[in-house]
Amino acid sequence: MTDTPISRRTLLAGAAGALGAGALQQQLGRLQSQSGTPAVPADPTKVPGSPTSVLGERSPFERPRRVPLGGNQGVSLTPLQDLYGIVTPADLHFERHHAGVPAIDPERYKLLIHGMVERPMVFDLAALHRFPAVSALHFLECSGNGSASYRNIRPDLSPQLVDGLTSTSEWTGVPLATLFRAVGVKPGATWFLAEGEDAAVMARSIPIAKGWEDALIAYGQNGEPLRPEQGYPARLLLPGWEGNSNVKWLRRIEVSDHPFMTREETSKYTDPLADGTARQFSFVMDSKSIITFPAYPVTLPGAGWWEINGIAWSGRGMIRRVEISTDGGQQWAPAELQLPVLSRCHTRFRYLWNWDGRESLIMSRAVDETGYVQPTLAELRAARGLGTFYHFNHIRAWRVRRDGSVVFGLEG
Amino acid sequence: MTTLALLAAACRGEGEPRGVAPGSAHEDGRPLLGIGRPATQEEIKAWDIAISPDGTGLPPGSGTATQGAVLYRQKCAMCHGPTGTEGPAERLVGREPRQGFPFGKDPSLGRTVGNYWPYATTLYDYIHRAMPLNAPGSLSPDEVYRAVAFLLWRNEIISDTTVVNAQTLPRVVMPARDRFVNDNRRGGAEIR
Repeated sequence: MTDTPISRRTLLAGAAGALGAGALQQQLGRLQSQSGTPAVPADPTKVPGSPTSVLGERSPFERPRRVPLGGNQGVSLTPLQDLYGIVTPADLHFERHHAGVPAIDPERYKLLIHGMVERPMVFDLAALHRFPAVSALHFLECSGNGSASYRNIRPDLSPQLVDGLTSTSEWTGVPLATLFRAVGVKPGATWFLAEGEDAAVMARSIPIAKGWEDALIAYGQNGEPLRPEQGYPARLLLPGWEGNSNVKWLRRIEVSDHPFMTREETSKYTDPLADGTARQFSFVMDSKSIITFPAYPVTLPGAGWWEINGIAWSGRGMIRRVEISTDGGQQWAPAELQLPVLSRCHTRFRYLWNWDGRESLIMSRAVDETGYVQPTLAELRAARGLGTFYHFNHIRAWRVRRDGSVVFGLEG
Repeated sequence: MTTLALLAAACRGEGEPRGVAPGSAHEDGRPLLGIGRPATQEEIKAWDIAISPDGTGLPPGSGTATQGAVLYRQKCAMCHGPTGTEGPAERLVGREPRQGFPFGKDPSLGRTVGNYWPYATTLYDYIHRAMPLNAPGSLSPDEVYRAVAFLLWRNEIISDTTVVNAQTLPRVVMPARDRFVNDNRRGGAEIR
């Protein structure tokens, strides 16, 4: 495999395309091989250890890395295969930017809310911090996540390169409903525009009901201020809705009685269908799951008991169950759901598998609280057509070969 | 229940408020909790850049495709190609396929202003807020109108002498105007 120039179209689709993914996989491999082995004493009990410090660091033996792709209009993917549980460390949270990460002075930050309101108001960061706050764990997923698993499927894709545009954090902030009450949203308001302070001044129209229901103006992520890549100092957080609508570096909300039809809700983030229409405002991320172990590039050293595990999530609520097949989808058995199981949040599933050493196609299938069952690739292609660029929530599969090597895909 | 108690209850999704000190509520009709400050008209005007499909928000100014060709060559062609089709950045020009709207079936079809964008006002909104990539927000209203006119002309939607301004732009009917439908996914058993 050679490094292949990454097409801008692939990047703008908001996901790791097959060509770019391969090149980056190779780069990642180089990065890891450069690290060498950190120096440690032969017996740590015979040498005094290091003193306390102002800031902790990972063990030098652990080198999880995002895969960045496409410069300041690109993405970087979370290393799903390196994570335990459900929370994504903030420095490994996926990225997707439309014009890079802006540098914003928190002292100068302000959020303007105007339009169809009784009292147009400005809230600086101190004001946002002063409002009654809430914290909640929610996944955030780019709606282009999983595109590499929909067309031209390649076997040499890791969980990171298949689905690394999803992450879970504990988000802390002010309910947007609180701010709506403060400004006095007028009767007849049905939408609001959320606009960022990045160089794209990224903007999306959001139904106002979502603002009243559970939207947050988030300033905290996993116990600390948002990372710049996630919208520092404050962002919109719409639980369960496609990443792009969760506008980062939020500086303006305009309450309105119509959507504004911005580029990101017309030219992009719409879903052409096989019937000659295009779906717009397709906000909710449908139920989905992926096995993160065993998965490419892992090789199982031998037959025997192995714990299959991975993550499942749904933008419509809680995961009710996850089922595992080890025979390519003929038979399914329930996986154990690790607590906590939270609404619109990654849920870790586990399934103890006694591998007999024969070639096996392993798959996971999530069912959410609405009864929605994660569809097969064939079912999703039948419903959407091949031309869609977002919302790839079909069942993923890993082929475990007789030699223990694992490759991605139904067509691997 | 007081306003603040109602607020606290709503925020926590509970029937009974908790964690609210007695007598700490503000009266209705005042900024709730007294946090934040009124926005000035100048602040609103400086940031209120969104353009609606009915043309609300479009500033005075105008441009034609002929004028836009000069601007395009200077500030756009370096990324979008001499005629808007060559790249390396997003392809902007092209009406093919002229029949139907087969994008859902064929992922190889490029989505351009001419074959996919449903509203002409989006062009003004987006070019003004985000283009050119190396100097976002730097174009004057006349320059944006010229760029918009050029792209509409190149996509065979207006003539090269049509004056694009706040009155004419919202009246431009884009070829893909009626192709978009609202999301009909609802969860449950059906795969849509």
